Amino acid sequence: MAIMSESTPHPPSKEFLLGARAGLPVAIGYLPIAIAFGALAIEAHLSPQEAVLMSALVFAGASQFMAVSMMLAGAGGLQIVIATLFINLRHSVMSMAVHHTVKEPKQSWRALLSFGITDETFALLTLQDAKAPTQANRTRFFAVGLIGIAYAGWVVGTAIGSWGARVIPSAISDSMTIGLYAMFISLLVPHVRRSVRVALIAGVSMALNAVLSLFISPGWAIVLATILGASFGLLLGEAEP
Amino acid sequence: MNLTTVGIIIGMMVVTYIPRALPGLLFGRYQLPKAVERWLQNIPYAALGALIFPGIIRGETPSLGVIGGVTAVLLSLLDLHLVLVMVLTILTVFVASHFL
Repeated sequence: MAIMSESTPHPPSKEFLLGARAGLPVAIGYLPIAIAFGALAIEAHLSPQEAVLMSALVFAGASQFMAVSMMLAGAGGLQIVIATLFINLRHSVMSMAVHHTVKEPKQSWRALLSFGITDETFALLTLQDAKAPTQANRTRFFAVGLIGIAYAGWVVGTAIGSWGARVIPSAISDSMTIGLYAMFISLLVPHVRRSVRVALIAGVSMALNAVLSLFISPGWAIVLATILGASFGLLLGEAEP
Repeated sequence: MNLTTVGIIIGMMVVTYIPRALPGLLFGRYQLPKAVERWLQNIPYAALGALIFPGIIRGETPSLGVIGGVTAVLLSLLDLHLVLVMVLTILTVFVASHFL
């Protein structure tokens, strides 16, 4: 199949569908967490409309959980917004990597795609599936499909959770929070297996995060551990071909 | 909808969007130095490491995080599809939660 060059662009609709398929695990992983978020938001006296609005406009899970917990504790708006800024600063590092991979030339498209950068969409957009024989191109339409389905999972899950339908018993939804970790692990393991360098970068970053989070907030610890871990990787020489 | 709440949500959206967009809008169109490119290529591995640990054992039952983590690693080593790894790990943790 030498004719099917990797650089051959698919039509936009095909790229979109490939992206949506790649993003499906994130949507599945988001659904139970978003349902839990919706339910918590109602406990914090938000209306279902407000809960869905937050998911639709902010689209950042950890900060949304924190925000409604702070509302429940009676925190002020400014405190919540500042805490949100710090929790979500880690996305700036991920944004650099996403835009380095997607290589979208148009500023307007980059502005749009940036909205959809989360821990999970970043992971799927920047780490190629090591098992897939042919790689989909990381075009704007691929990215829109991947982000779009993840976004849909997040917003729809919030709606389900906040409109009271506890369709998933809590015992199951508790177990489902492991799902996104399983996704991260499944993305990382094939790369670790092929490269000692990658294994060391990931391992050092884990250790740094564990130590740093004893002293600073988890959000900052992830930012610092990522920056330091990636810098440590520069000491290990060139990437394998 | 409560105006204060909507105001908080819009504030959250602004401070979340700016860090997401700024690096891409500022640096996206330039050819970066080789060292920076190599650094950026390391970011996914470093970030995934940090996202997995120690967060995975920070839940209500840390031992379930360990069980889930080990299960996911073993299933990944078997080259199973991503979704299958997720589903089987969730099932394993669900079953294990009844014994812990």
